[in-house]
Amino acid sequence: MSKAQIRRVYVWELPVRVYHWVNALCILVLVVTGYLIGRPVAIQTAREASFSYWFGTVRFIHFIAAFAFFFNFVFRVYWGFAGNRYARWHQFIPTKKSQWKEIVDVLKVDILQARAEPLESIGHNALAGFTYFLSFLAFVFQCLTGFGMYAAMSHAALPKLFKWIVPLMGGDFAVRQWHHAMMWFFILFSMVHVYLVFYHDYVEGRGVISSMAGGWKFIEKRGEVR
Amino acid sequence: MSEKALTIWEQAQVRGVSRRDFLRFCGWMAAAAGIETSALGAVVKALDTKPRLPVVWFHFQECTCCSESFIRSSHPIVSDIVLDKISLDYTETLQAAAGKQAEEALHATMTKYKGQYLMLVEGSVPTGEGGIYCCIAGRSAMDILQEAAKDAKAIVAWGSCASNGCIQAANPNPTGATPIHKLVEGKPVINVPGCPPIAEVMAGTVVHLLTFDRIPHLDGLGRPKAFYSRRVHDTCYRRPNYDAGLFVDSFDDENAKRGYCLYKVGCRGPVTYNSCGIIRWNDGVSYPIQSGHGCIGCSEAKFWDNGPFYQHLAAFPGFGIEKTADDIGVAMGAVTAVGIAAHAVTTNFRKRKQIKEGIRDSEKAPGEGKE
Repeated sequence: MSKAQIRRVYVWELPVRVYHWVNALCILVLVVTGYLIGRPVAIQTAREASFSYWFGTVRFIHFIAAFAFFFNFVFRVYWGFAGNRYARWHQFIPTKKSQWKEIVDVLKVDILQARAEPLESIGHNALAGFTYFLSFLAFVFQCLTGFGMYAAMSHAALPKLFKWIVPLMGGDFAVRQWHHAMMWFFILFSMVHVYLVFYHDYVEGRGVISSMAGGWKFIEKRGEVR
Repeated sequence: MSEKALTIWEQAQVRGVSRRDFLRFCGWMAAAAGIETSALGAVVKALDTKPRLPVVWFHFQECTCCSESFIRSSHPIVSDIVLDKISLDYTETLQAAAGKQAEEALHATMTKYKGQYLMLVEGSVPTGEGGIYCCIAGRSAMDILQEAAKDAKAIVAWGSCASNGCIQAANPNPTGATPIHKLVEGKPVINVPGCPPIAEVMAGTVVHLLTFDRIPHLDGLGRPKAFYSRRVHDTCYRRPNYDAGLFVDSFDDENAKRGYCLYKVGCRGPVTYNSCGIIRWNDGVSYPIQSGHGCIGCSEAKFWDNGPFYQHLAAFPGFGIEKTADDIGVAMGAVTAVGIAAHAVTTNFRKRKQIKEGIRDSEKAPGEGKE
């Protein structure tokens, strides 16, 4: 067994890192405010309605975060064509046979832990990339349904573009219902995502947690890897 | 029906209506139809010069609540006005004629006013089993609809049954009840949903057709924008409580007595497009929310299936009536957490060798790794 030589690889460029953390913050804010909007606390008070506006504020924050989330996401889609090889769109959509094979390998090695040997991907592994692609679809769904509902109370041009989703889904109620249900995808995704980052850092020691801060990963040199 | 069709104004004179009352009526109807003051002249002119609009009103799978609502339209003049000013030539529930005479009246209108008569439809049409679930005079609703629609000028679908199926079309929809706009092609269909729709909204829609000879502006779901462009929530007098986060938690709590927002006890106001908050019911006396009960969203499609009414989130499909998306989500979250914990534990067994090796390698001094 040889000790691996480590080389530094610049994986996540600054725009990707900024996108990641803006996105994380937006999702946190959106989930918390979204949950409150769906299930507000009932305050027992004799105050006049005109003296408080907390629910309005929660909704306002939700809408602001939604706009930030949307434009951040649009930027990320653009960066999928402009960024480095680890940020490109083909990292997310498995078009090659080797990517499908890697998905199977990741399932065997990391998820089912049926095999013990480590895997070699530097950026996203193929399964992670594909999962992010599915989460992008969830982003699109939340933007469509969210802005679709928002259009009814807005004069802005952007939400109006999504108005058609409401008749398509059969009314505001259905749109609201699915928008709310999809929130749980984000919660479950975050749980698994955070856990797996810890897992990979712990097992592989490539500095995957810090890579989203500084952009660098530490990879065993080829040829000397076990 | 007289030989020479009288204009609406002439008709009113026959009935002893004064010019003043007539103009007042015009103003009121213009307001009801959502027409602005500057266009009042057009309304007066139309009612002055146009003959009564021939109308046939069909009743298919319905409970007649739309008709009930309509004839109880609060403004005294409205009920007679719309029933007088249009020429209601056929309507099962109100006509004096029956059997052969009724059928003859219907066919007389359809042939005499081919392409000119207005067709009002109350109720959905069953499509299951060849449409046998609703037959009138030995013919299926489907047959009658298609025949009458062919030569109609426009079709108004009264109420939720005709516009979105309402309770007949609720799961599992045993009769295959279908709203009118899905069955008729090539004719404008105006949806006036509600269970029932507000009388003034119904009257307003007819007045618009009468006055301008064209259908009103419709939204994406075929509803007149004048009445269905805003949510009940947007025009609710309890809305300030919503923004202030003051909610009724249960119907017998202090907050309910204070008249706080009914959002948490299932009010569908935020997802329902209707004019209840503005026009209200029974001469503007009240509407459900004002009476302390949340909106049930009766003018929205599938409102029967989106239950329970007193729950803000609907039951999640496939998981029984009490389970909302939140319940499913929490359960899935718990399963995920257990899965993560199990995975973390197995990692320490299965990957132990790999982790140990990594630690051992790193303990060697730099440069010693070459073999």
